Amino acid sequence: MKSRSSAIVMVLYLLFLMIPIYWLVNMSLKTNAEITGTFSLFPNNLTFRNYQVILTDPSWYMGYVNSIIYVVMNTVISITVALPAAYAFSRYSFIGDKHLFFWLLSNRMAPPAVFALPFFQLYSSIGLFDTHIAVALAHCLFNVPLAVWILEGFMRGVPKEIDETAYIDGYSFPRFFVKIFMPLIASGIGVAAFFCFMFSWVELLLSRTLTSVNAKPIAATMTRTVSASGMDWGVLAAAGVLTILPGALVIWFVRNYIAKGFALGRV
Amino acid sequence: MQKIQNNRAWFLVLPVLVLVAFSAVIPLMTVVNYAFNDTFGNNEFFWAGLEWFDEMIHSDRLHAALGRQALFSAIILAIEVPLGIFVALNMPKKGFWSSLVLVLMALPLLIPFNVVGTIWQIFGRVDIGLLGHTLEAIGLDYNYVNDPIDAWATVIVMDVWHWTSLVALLCYAGLQSIPQAYYQAAKIDQASRWAVFRYIELPKMKGVLLIAVLLRFMDSFMIYTEPFVVTGGGPGNATTFLSIDLVKMAVGQFDLGPAAAFSLMYFLVIMLVSWVFYTVMSNMDKAEAGQ
Amino acid sequence: MARITLENLAHSYSAHPKSDADYALKEMTHVWQDGGAYALLGSSGCGKTTLLNIISGLLRPSQGRILFGDHDVTDAPTTERNIAQVFQFPVVYDTMTVRENLAFPLRNRGMDAAYIASRVDQIARMIGMEAMLSRKAQGLTADAKQKISLGRGMVREDVNAILFDEPLTVIDPHMKWELRTQLKQLHRQFGHTMIYVTHDQTEALTFADKVVVMYDGRVVQMGTPEELFETPAHTFVGYFIGSPGMNFIDAKIEGSRALLPGGEVVDLGANYGTVAGKTRIGIRPEHAVLSDHGLPVRVRRVEDVGRHRILRAELSGAGFNIVLPEDAPPPGPAPRVSFLPGKVGVYADDWRVAPQSLERAA
Repeated sequence: MKSRSSAIVMVLYLLFLMIPIYWLVNMSLKTNAEITGTFSLFPNNLTFRNYQVILTDPSWYMGYVNSIIYVVMNTVISITVALPAAYAFSRYSFIGDKHLFFWLLSNRMAPPAVFALPFFQLYSSIGLFDTHIAVALAHCLFNVPLAVWILEGFMRGVPKEIDETAYIDGYSFPRFFVKIFMPLIASGIGVAAFFCFMFSWVELLLSRTLTSVNAKPIAATMTRTVSASGMDWGVLAAAGVLTILPGALVIWFVRNYIAKGFALGRV
Repeated sequence: MQKIQNNRAWFLVLPVLVLVAFSAVIPLMTVVNYAFNDTFGNNEFFWAGLEWFDEMIHSDRLHAALGRQALFSAIILAIEVPLGIFVALNMPKKGFWSSLVLVLMALPLLIPFNVVGTIWQIFGRVDIGLLGHTLEAIGLDYNYVNDPIDAWATVIVMDVWHWTSLVALLCYAGLQSIPQAYYQAAKIDQASRWAVFRYIELPKMKGVLLIAVLLRFMDSFMIYTEPFVVTGGGPGNATTFLSIDLVKMAVGQFDLGPAAAFSLMYFLVIMLVSWVFYTVMSNMDKAEAGQ
Repeated sequence: MARITLENLAHSYSAHPKSDADYALKEMTHVWQDGGAYALLGSSGCGKTTLLNIISGLLRPSQGRILFGDHDVTDAPTTERNIAQVFQFPVVYDTMTVRENLAFPLRNRGMDAAYIASRVDQIARMIGMEAMLSRKAQGLTADAKQKISLGRGMVREDVNAILFDEPLTVIDPHMKWELRTQLKQLHRQFGHTMIYVTHDQTEALTFADKVVVMYDGRVVQMGTPEELFETPAHTFVGYFIGSPGMNFIDAKIEGSRALLPGGEVVDLGANYGTVAGKTRIGIRPEHAVLSDHGLPVRVRRVEDVGRHRILRAELSGAGFNIVLPEDAPPPGPAPRVSFLPGKVGVYADDWRVAPQSLERAA
């Protein structure tokens, strides 16, 4: 009885989540004539032309490549710098540690809109405008604090005695950190990487401001579908569907860590 | 855990410090610079003092945007938090279904913001969208492009669609950490469903719930891309939230001074609210550690 | 309060059990008396928690019935069984005060407020927590929390049984002793049926009137602590109870004599006839004494454990322990061991064999 009502709630909620996505997929498999002409829940003339347009045109598919490049760069940078910092916060108390921690977190609270223009000027002046690294660095603004915060939670759960034992056994700090400590918080690194990936992948305001051609993200490329001949709805929908796929793949691989990660880490 | 006093730990924090300083402090200084100066182009600046701040504080436009923003954040928190808790309570606890539900629920969180906007822009259109079409078919006069109420409704439903899962997933993680013995004890004590929620589940979710509220508050207060794609801030200024107004001012009209002053105040408001949250949270941590 | 009857009870976690090994709990029939203090003793994985969950209603047994008094509760949910349980980790409602915690089961049953207040005071006195009634349960020590869960169990006067699932696991050693004594007192005073699951023999032997020893999904022996010590029904009981455990030596049984592998002969004091299967004799280390006559042993070492010493020796090629009184002289160069009369048990395929007659065979 109880599990049945739970099932009904979940089905309704998932329908609410999935129907708009289904509609996008549905549209991406129709011709433009069918989209604007008739109204149907299923494509009458199933077509893959919209996907073909995207996957054969470099100015389209390079958008995906660009996005993936800067997202991966950002994730690697964020985790690399956050690891030692999180270790310091979890193990040591030092002058100004609390203020520093809050200052870091406050950057997670900075509205990207505030930083859009200054970022544009900063990266232009040092010649990094329209490069992948510019976007990757800009996204560090909110991903590094988040990564430090998540990792610190996981590290606090590792007993200090493990560190001490390793030092007694003659491990140097870097060797201890890589060989012993990192494997212990592997799931924490996974969770942090997942969140960095997620927030970098979905952000558009900064990545669009900092790029024009060479490093233009797919999300910004999508505005191309508005042309003189009207809206190319089919291609727009197909491009949207393709932006959902990488996220869906990532979730599928880390699905077992998400809930566990929250539970072990900050909570 | 007792921490060791060690100021050399600064060396470990240094990379983060340099990186974030580069990404945050320099741009912030630029903003501060604009906020106190006036320019007529050509990189010539004149000291303007607090003029822009004064102008912004008394700006009706800003007040209106702030009002809309506060209303929007309040509404979505009022919907997403209870709904998220409710969904989390009904999620399957283990097995294949739990994995599947988890993945499907996380899906909207990983869609780029403008694609979220696009999905709802299409979905709500009367001519080609399922939602708009259906509402029209059952006789409702729905048009988010012209009607402010419809535009608000669309933006709110979109945000609920986009972010409720985050609240639900966080609560779910909190629920998963409750040992089975608690539920068994509640059965033995003949506790009602409500009592189980009130005395077992809610106290365990308190921590995650605060994080969820904090994240949702911050992110909704900074919302830009999704409503911009759907409504462009319209009709009129009906859905022009703070970030949208700010970008209009800075990029659209190139009013750098007022925009910068506005940015700083905006940032300070978010910081202040978040600081209150942070203090409350760390006090709670301490209270728990002190047991 | 009620008598608990387990009738042909068995449980398997797999839906279609094929062999005996698939059963976490092998078929058993037992009657536990009203007001008894029972301990379920066994190492982890022996099925004691499964049995407890069946009694509390968390699990439905694959077969058999369970009765409280004359009432079949096999299909009754936990709520209807009217039992109380104290868990391994303290379960208290953190946001409530101690008083609210104790009152909770009564309030949920819609009792009268005045009755609740007086009953809560009474229970608080019993568990010695009167001074803390107004404090929040959060932040109390583990033993205080365990007392609260115990109090919550006893606050209902009509409770059928109180179940304890290794309740002292997280308690400091010195508090363990105090809580155990208090529990024993409460049992004497109020006569609840109590079932106490543990893997610690000291806890089981000091708490219970009847100890139920479980091994590999079976109840191998149910008896008083004295019975378990004197006449273990199964070699597992012999090993598990006592420190060090019982000595077992392979032996061929011929009437009233046992022949050891080294050729030594042990007088069994009763006639066993011929016993089939893998036969062994068992002697408690406390029942073996060094003497001038008897069987020769080789000394490995002597351990001093405080009140007495343990002689680790070898008899007929197998390890053999002897408990020496503290004032006993150290063993000589060629020590011999003899057994107290009537204390040697005979085991075939791990189960104790009763003698055919008390007379010795001719």
